[in-house]
Amino acid sequence: MTASETAEQVARRCYGRLVAYLAAHWRDLAAAEDAVGDALQAALETWPRTGIPRKPEAWLLTVARHKLVDESRREHSREQIAETLSLITGKAGDETTNLFPDERLKLLFVCAHPAIDVTVHTPLMLQTVLGVETARIASAFLVAPSAMSQRLVRAKAKIRDAGIPFEVPEQQQLAARLDSVLAALYVAYGAGWEEIAGADPGEPDLVDEVLWLARLIVELLPDEPEAKGLLALMLYCEARRPARRAPDDTFVPLSAQDTKLWSRTMLAEAETLLFAASRVRRLGRFQLEAAIQSAHAERAWGGQVDWAAIVRLYEGLLTVAPSVGASLGHAAAVAESQGAERALALLEDIPQQRVANHQPYWALRGHLLMSVNRPLEAWQAYERAIVFTEDRAIGCFLADRLVGAMEQFWDEALERLRQEIERAKRQRVRP
Amino acid sequence: MRYAILIYESETDFASRTDQDRRERYWAAWRTYTEALNAAGVTRTGAALQSAVTGTTVRMKGNVRQVQDGPYADTKEQLGGVVLIDVPDLDTALDWAARCPAAAYGAVEVRPVFQGAMS
Repeated sequence: MTASETAEQVARRCYGRLVAYLAAHWRDLAAAEDAVGDALQAALETWPRTGIPRKPEAWLLTVARHKLVDESRREHSREQIAETLSLITGKAGDETTNLFPDERLKLLFVCAHPAIDVTVHTPLMLQTVLGVETARIASAFLVAPSAMSQRLVRAKAKIRDAGIPFEVPEQQQLAARLDSVLAALYVAYGAGWEEIAGADPGEPDLVDEVLWLARLIVELLPDEPEAKGLLALMLYCEARRPARRAPDDTFVPLSAQDTKLWSRTMLAEAETLLFAASRVRRLGRFQLEAAIQSAHAERAWGGQVDWAAIVRLYEGLLTVAPSVGASLGHAAAVAESQGAERALALLEDIPQQRVANHQPYWALRGHLLMSVNRPLEAWQAYERAIVFTEDRAIGCFLADRLVGAMEQFWDEALERLRQEIERAKRQRVRP
Repeated sequence: MRYAILIYESETDFASRTDQDRRERYWAAWRTYTEALNAAGVTRTGAALQSAVTGTTVRMKGNVRQVQDGPYADTKEQLGGVVLIDVPDLDTALDWAARCPAAAYGAVEVRPVFQGAMS
């Protein structure tokens, strides 16, 4: 491996740790990021000449700290510089041990602080803890890079100026504050999924990074059942990833997936986590969503999917965390256990303006309309679903469904026409 | 860090200060809050303001003084008071804001005090 490849690898491994550690002490997230960025740049320039240092993380930390001090000489008071200097000579940065405290959990709580606009929580996490570039975040959130960059800059300025503390909240606030962290992480996971289709093979997988963060939270907050619930939920979905695409790269829906392709290791880990979470007896959104996936996973062991149980779980989910996604999942489960007519009635109850541009809504609607033999409406629903599909494989899958609806409609129309002609012929023959 | 706790109250809340039936409860809540702030030693200063209708807004247009009856912003809830506190971080400031009586009946904004050129 070349020096620059090693530098990049080290960078990926310890970027978030360095930023979190420096930001927690210096309380300026943007400055910490700049300093770590500069240190990485310096490494890429220096290491190919001098060789890779024995403890690359410690090397990067030292350089980043000096950058912070240089920068603060220009901008800050003597008092603050003294503070940074004590940071540099403090034992936390002892280069012989190469160990400095992991402050990433604190940084996650800062990113998802209620004083920060909720739409920036996930982008902030992706950028500061995982080092994902702004352009990539912007494209995952369908926002212009300049707009995303502006939002991130503003949020970081607020963190600094309003004095948002780098601390894990106290027990009485912890559950509520953790909910925001987990919700933001789940959004990041969704963004990672969106990316998989058009993934750049050179980039590290965003989904893996998010999973890794979820594991970190479970490890650092072992008593929080929702953290385990979220990790279990992600693992259930990840376990099915190899089965989501056929060898020719077409999309395979859950009901048609080959369960032999599901990762048994991940499913087992998810089950263990969910069981451990349930023993705390503090139910929440992520445990419910994981339980729904667990019911689907029954098929992996030759069992049947208990649709009635899934309906009840969705009812619970709709009580604690109502969303369009949960309403659609509920309707789909009702279709399986009580019939498509009932499910279509449930879809009618969802306010139209919330689903007008929502691909999963139109896809489900098309599917249900086909089940009740209304191919023309199904055709129209699939058309709308395709318009709002980003993922090419899913678009192709829906196009197949659309063609099916179209064929059925025309077959029936032609059949009716043929019958008309027959009848007309008979009438003409008679006189 | 120093923070301003800005207290926003509706016309009814302002009226509670003097209303025969309500004033006792109103001031009791505020007394408890002020005592808690003082006991914790975080207060720098504070003041309750008279109702927004007593406000007068002034602007200089060149050399001409424009004076207008009423508060600067015409909103349902008006600035009713300010408390300046000195606490380590935003979370602590938010804790004090949440304990403020107006958090229950009106709204409370927390703003860090600017510590730049003036100090």
